[in-house]
Amino acid sequence: MAVPVAFFALFFAYPVVAIVGRGLKADGVWQFGRFGEVLSRPDIQHVLWFTLWQALASTALTLLIALPGAYVFARFDFPGKQLLRAIVTVPFVLPTVVVGTAFLALLGRGGLLDEVWGVRLDTTVWAILLAHVFFNYAVVVRTVGGLWSQLDPRQEEAARVLGAGRFAAWRRVTLPALGPAVAAAALMVFLFTFTSFGVVQILGGPGFSTLEVEIYRQTAQLLALPTAAVLTLVQFAAVGAILAVHAWTVRRRETALKLVDPAQTARRPRGAGQWALLGGVLLTVLVLILLPLAVLVERSLDVSGGHGFAYYRALASAEMNSGTFLVAPLEAIVNSLRYAVVATLIALVVGGLAAAALTRKAGRLVRGFDALLMLPLGVSAVTVGFGFLITLDKPPLDLRTSWILVPLAQALVGVPFVVRTMLPVLRAVDGRLREAAAVLGASPLRAWREVDLPLVRRALLVAAGFAFAVSLGEFGATVFIARPDNPTLPVAVSRLLGRSGELNYGQAMALSTILMLVCAVSLLLLERIRTDRSGEF
Amino acid sequence: MSTTKKIAVSAVAVALGATALAGCGSSDDSASGSGPTGSSGSKTVTLVSHDSFNASKDVLKEFTAETGYTVKVLKSGDAGAALNQEILTKGSPRGDVFFGVDNTLLSRALDNGLFTSYKAKGIDQVAADVQLDAGKHRVTPVDTGDICINYDKKYFADKKLAPPKTFDDLAKPAYKDLLVTENAATSSPGLGFLLGTVATYGEDGYQDYWKKLKDNGVKVVDGWEQAYNEEFSGSAGGKKAKADRPLVVSYASSPPVEVLYADPQPKTAPTGVATGTCFRQIEFAGLLDGAKNEAGGKALLDFLIGKKFQEDMPLNMFVSPVTKGAKVPDLFTKFGATVDKPTTVAPDEIAKNREQWVQSWSSLVVK
Repeated sequence: MAVPVAFFALFFAYPVVAIVGRGLKADGVWQFGRFGEVLSRPDIQHVLWFTLWQALASTALTLLIALPGAYVFARFDFPGKQLLRAIVTVPFVLPTVVVGTAFLALLGRGGLLDEVWGVRLDTTVWAILLAHVFFNYAVVVRTVGGLWSQLDPRQEEAARVLGAGRFAAWRRVTLPALGPAVAAAALMVFLFTFTSFGVVQILGGPGFSTLEVEIYRQTAQLLALPTAAVLTLVQFAAVGAILAVHAWTVRRRETALKLVDPAQTARRPRGAGQWALLGGVLLTVLVLILLPLAVLVERSLDVSGGHGFAYYRALASAEMNSGTFLVAPLEAIVNSLRYAVVATLIALVVGGLAAAALTRKAGRLVRGFDALLMLPLGVSAVTVGFGFLITLDKPPLDLRTSWILVPLAQALVGVPFVVRTMLPVLRAVDGRLREAAAVLGASPLRAWREVDLPLVRRALLVAAGFAFAVSLGEFGATVFIARPDNPTLPVAVSRLLGRSGELNYGQAMALSTILMLVCAVSLLLLERIRTDRSGEF
Repeated sequence: MSTTKKIAVSAVAVALGATALAGCGSSDDSASGSGPTGSSGSKTVTLVSHDSFNASKDVLKEFTAETGYTVKVLKSGDAGAALNQEILTKGSPRGDVFFGVDNTLLSRALDNGLFTSYKAKGIDQVAADVQLDAGKHRVTPVDTGDICINYDKKYFADKKLAPPKTFDDLAKPAYKDLLVTENAATSSPGLGFLLGTVATYGEDGYQDYWKKLKDNGVKVVDGWEQAYNEEFSGSAGGKKAKADRPLVVSYASSPPVEVLYADPQPKTAPTGVATGTCFRQIEFAGLLDGAKNEAGGKALLDFLIGKKFQEDMPLNMFVSPVTKGAKVPDLFTKFGATVDKPTTVAPDEIAKNREQWVQSWSSLVVK
């Protein structure tokens, strides 16, 4: 408990409070009158309204499209399932710069839709919503599907034997068990879309602005700290309210679930209905997720006079890029992986400790901390980044120019994922199993190893995968943290896109493709570790 | 109690993941640029800048050979964000020298007392018209760049239409629905172009001009990347995206860059510059107030306006030198455009009115 609290106090609460204080204090007095001033501005009201409704619409749409996917991944076995599971997670970690480019290629002028049906969706809200679904599909599939695959189907079967209809059995047995996971997933998606930044900027054009975009503008571009502080607090309040509701629903539904090994619950689809469902989900994944990714790959290979690997070769040379980088762009991959490993470690340690502490429900204080852990997702990267600047500036903590800030900032975003993924599973472990083991003479460690670990290991790996992936694609915080010239992949991509010329554009696409592959391979490896080592650790 | 053990296990699990992943990395375990941090030793001089700063390794080595100082470069966001971070950390800066304040932001930097006065050696060799702080030498000019309309040569040749030359031309019916520009609120070329129109039509006239541009179908996107790579038909990215806007707000140096990064390199640039639509940007560097290594910072400022750096700069940052006698690379003279009379607006004017100009521009054009 002490470790996560200290971590959050130092690297999150303190910087954010400091930067907000800078904006709201004048001569040492809090100026709360500024709220009225800022919130009565019509442009700000417009931003608030748009932020809210697009987030609600995106969340609804994501759940609608992704829940069938979660079911299919949890309950069906089909060839290529692991690969597909890794692939659907890739979008989640791609930098928005890349996704924006891919979606423009699909929905914009001369894009696929335009050529086939003459439809253009760029600079409409539809492009934003679709991109949000693209990003967050994996959140739902992994959080809900992860638990769903471990629910014992026999419970539902028992209900059927007792005379419940198929739907009634699902509604009374499976749905209540899934509730917390669905709520957690919906909440995450809502948080993400509520605080959406890059997608809105690139696909929406200047006509659309979310709270997050506005906070960035007010802070980084205008240094209008009072306005930024007010907006930050508004976002805080909104996020806090969502989290409170969420905590309440979770508490109402907490029950010990009988978890089983996922390998036993999945089977080949049977009957026309199930095959149709599987086909439908695969088609969705193909159109919504694979197509935008495929466009990137195609553009990375599209060299003048045909197709080839010229852009990939260029990535390895520092000379060709002397104008953009001091090192060959390929080195960005190594940097990214290094940061990601460190960030994952930090996130797992902090998040794992927090989840363990939260499992032993120790009163209201701890529950409050649960919500607190989620706050970094709802606070803009620029606020945290600028907060770092004015707080971590004195020895021994002058970390402003240290490389460790990058993984720290990334871990801040990763921790909530770890907690969210671990918590439902940790809480669902039936304590009596542990007690039974203890009665039979197992030491606490042995009891934990034999009882908890097999049930938790999966969640742990999923959590690690998420933290790792978040770190790989994280762009917001890394941009604001000055560091020696060792760019991460997303930063390198955005730098290449920031230069004119065919080679730069092609290299940006190639690097995005590599980023995609690296993510997919990492996620696949995590999946493999799980299956290879099932049984003993 | 058992929590610590759980951690141990999680760590092992991650370590497993990490070892599996290490395969993707490289085998060299040299420090990834994470040298000693915090206090900059007397032998290191730290340059804080925006993301676009670049210098070749050789030139930085040259500096070390001449002065004994090693340069450490920190980049933090775009020009506006980088400057604002310096303003936030005023008094305990992250480095010794800041590079990348341009004339649109200069007043903000000076009013905040960000820099210590220092008259760089060789400043007498720098063109007088770019020395905007000649009285106090709080900042030293390092480079200039022009924000101008770029046009797609092929489009205008095919249409047998003369490309536009001036701001006035852009509002003519012949060029309807051809121009894409950036959001002046978020993008520096977008702002530069707006300032160019303010300089040309004055406080009273620029809004009318933008009304005309809007009626003439100007498209506004958020950033330069999107405008240039996705919407502009003359760029490599735009060609792939089947872009349909042959006019874009970009830089006078964009055509040479387009040539440099084309494979194979064409004989002539695919894009041209409308030289009557330019706004001049001047970039400055300054010694940060509270710098830990003042002597090193001063040496670096001298070096930035020295011939070696000035001649190395164009191909790294695609800007023009300010020091007399610094040679411009052939690529620039051959494919670039010379802008004789760029528009400018005085820095204090910009500081005073910028917000209001951008606001009224937004409500006119974006909403």
